[in-house]
Amino acid sequence: MSKVKRGKVVSYNKWGYIFLIPFVVVYLIFQMIPLLSTIYNSFFENYRSGLTQIGPNFVGLQNYKTILTNGDVWVYAQNTIIMWLMGFIPQIIVSLLLGAWFSNPRLRLKFQAFFKTVIYLPNLIMASAFAMLFFTLFSDIGPINSILVQLGILDEPYKFLSNVWSARGLVAFMNFLMWFGNTTILLMAGMMGIDTSLSEAAEVDGATSTQVFFKITLPLLKPILVYVMITSLIGGLQMFDVPQVLTNATGDPMRSTMTLIMYLNKHLYSKNYGLGGALSVVLFIITGVLSLLVFNFTNKKSVK
Amino acid sequence: MKRKAISILLSTAMAVTMLGGCGSSSESADTSTDSAASAADTVAETTASAETTVTAETAAGEAAASDEGSVLNIYVWNEEFKSRVTDHYPDYEEVDATTGKIGDVTVNWFITPSDDNAYQNNLDENLLKQADAAADDKIDMFLVEADYALKYVDTEYTMKISDLGITEDDLANQYQYTKDIVTDSNGDLKGVSWQGCPGVLIYSRDVANEVLGTDDPDEVQAYVSDWDAVAETAATMKEAGYYMTSSVNDTYRVYSNNVTSKWVEDGVINIDDNIMQWVEDSKEMVDAGQTGTHELWSDEWSAGFYPSGKVFCYFGPAWLIDFSMAADTEGSIANAGGWGAAEGPQGFYWGGTWICAATGTDNPSLVKDIILKLTCDEDIMTEIVLEDNDFVNNKPAMEALASGEKLIDGEEYSNAVLGGQNPLPMFCAGAENIDLSNQSSYDQGCNEEFQNAMKNYFEGNATLDDALDLFYKAVVEKYPELTY
Repeated sequence: MSKVKRGKVVSYNKWGYIFLIPFVVVYLIFQMIPLLSTIYNSFFENYRSGLTQIGPNFVGLQNYKTILTNGDVWVYAQNTIIMWLMGFIPQIIVSLLLGAWFSNPRLRLKFQAFFKTVIYLPNLIMASAFAMLFFTLFSDIGPINSILVQLGILDEPYKFLSNVWSARGLVAFMNFLMWFGNTTILLMAGMMGIDTSLSEAAEVDGATSTQVFFKITLPLLKPILVYVMITSLIGGLQMFDVPQVLTNATGDPMRSTMTLIMYLNKHLYSKNYGLGGALSVVLFIITGVLSLLVFNFTNKKSVK
Repeated sequence: MKRKAISILLSTAMAVTMLGGCGSSSESADTSTDSAASAADTVAETTASAETTVTAETAAGEAAASDEGSVLNIYVWNEEFKSRVTDHYPDYEEVDATTGKIGDVTVNWFITPSDDNAYQNNLDENLLKQADAAADDKIDMFLVEADYALKYVDTEYTMKISDLGITEDDLANQYQYTKDIVTDSNGDLKGVSWQGCPGVLIYSRDVANEVLGTDDPDEVQAYVSDWDAVAETAATMKEAGYYMTSSVNDTYRVYSNNVTSKWVEDGVINIDDNIMQWVEDSKEMVDAGQTGTHELWSDEWSAGFYPSGKVFCYFGPAWLIDFSMAADTEGSIANAGGWGAAEGPQGFYWGGTWICAATGTDNPSLVKDIILKLTCDEDIMTEIVLEDNDFVNNKPAMEALASGEKLIDGEEYSNAVLGGQNPLPMFCAGAENIDLSNQSSYDQGCNEEFQNAMKNYFEGNATLDDALDLFYKAVVEKYPELTY
């Protein structure tokens, strides 16, 4: 009898692996194979001019040389990071604040479920539809401009999409609107996992709520914060649909809203798998390095 | 044992759902088996329906009993050509939105919008597979626009028109420029069009009356007869509170059609002097507040179709006047017949659609017949003008209508949008003078990117040199084989 039982225990382990099969299969087919073929493709000259296929010819590191020497990729990386930071900083502040309010048992906020739903709603809209909406709202003859002119705040319509900082600001604002709800819910989950006896003890010792937040909640929230930072960074580096639709794929003004992925997309016109592949590999490396940096930076602090 | 069975069932259900691609996040775990089952059902249904279609088609093919294919595949980007065929091709019967019948032959319309290059991408993929495709799946006909016609014409994928059995005599009445666009580098004609698209200056009669004191086309023409006159009129318009044109891009084609060199010479990107002239003239107009920098087809651009847009003129061909200027919308200038047409400073054309026969078509005689009927038959061509207000590619038909020789219900041809003016003499004269010797297969990409890049210069976000650099960069991204 005991033998049979032991057998059962061992066989349950097996099920763990069996349940993992779908993930592994999907990962291999949709992630691993494309990743390897991208790296492979990046060593070839391979594009289409009109209906004429050119290549694939092996050119070694030529594509990487082109990408890294003409300097564009750094400009677009900079654009991407600027727009990400412009959206992420307000996003994390607002989310922390909302998370703290929602999870604070002493405030007893009413209609919590309603507000949690509402702040999450913008995330449910397709990014491109959202960008289209903003494109219409903020166009030169759009409703925002007419309201501002009619109220006498502006003398003539302001060209939001023709000025560097207003165009970048719109992209950042949209990303902020779309993602702060998601971040709030993640942070709130983290905060609710913190033992309330800790903050109660601090309050008994005379700590103000600001002190409780910075000395107790925030340090204990670090694992979740790291997760939020890294996922948001990766998402930010892959920013594409919002600026693509908002600027009609031009990245105007003067490509100051052109992100790395929009640049990658430009190479699709000529089906340029070589340069596109090389750019993707560079992007992969940038993302990896930045993620490691963020991870190390935040982890070291928690050790102290 | 029971547990084992359940876990096997659950894990397979999960695997099936994930691989089937129907496991959306909203579906909870307990519905996964259901959805897997329904996926299986759908697969079964699709196979079944595919089978029926196949049998139906084979039956039709046997009934046709000719040596030619029973399926005609036509690739287009909008409904225009389909409606021409439906209305004017004698034997065509519409079955549903994307299929029709000509006798026993099934006509399939593959409509892919041209946004984001989708039409060309789709067409390219299918043309490259053309040689290996089954006879009924081969492309038989496809349409191209002037901007990228050479990309297709200068390849083996289009048939010589003479190989279809269409002779030069058949095409003798067509305008020469419509043939030049689709003549390949060996001098062979590869496409035919039913349209001519000479452009004119379309001005608002109310504004002309108010500012210039006349709305007579000949007198207005004196104010826009060359670019200097246009600049002067633009200043007058500005003083009176009107924009000369809606956007700088309105005049772009007038300049770009009158170039003396190609966009690409020996693999090097080349900007013609006339294009630079456009930049110079446009920058002055933008700085003086006489025009905007909107992209064509944007809401800001089309605001001038209404009196509140305060735009004096647009540049465009017949189809712009009739289809694009909101003639059906109450309150628009077109609806009130408030536009007039004048020749403008220089001749130009805009757009136009050419029919190409795909190499490897299994219906050459039907393709030939459609081309002959819709592009060479004078009666059908006149019908198209009268019913659709299009400018057709047939000199005798157009000239008879232009000169008033051919009367409709006892009256000379007139266009309601243009307040009853007969613009055809202007179009006819324009069509004769269009010169397209400086076309290249890179035109579409270059024109688009040039306008995009210059927008930055006009709006003051870049110096001219920076904007030109941006243009070169963008073109090389599109055509990696070019240098500058």
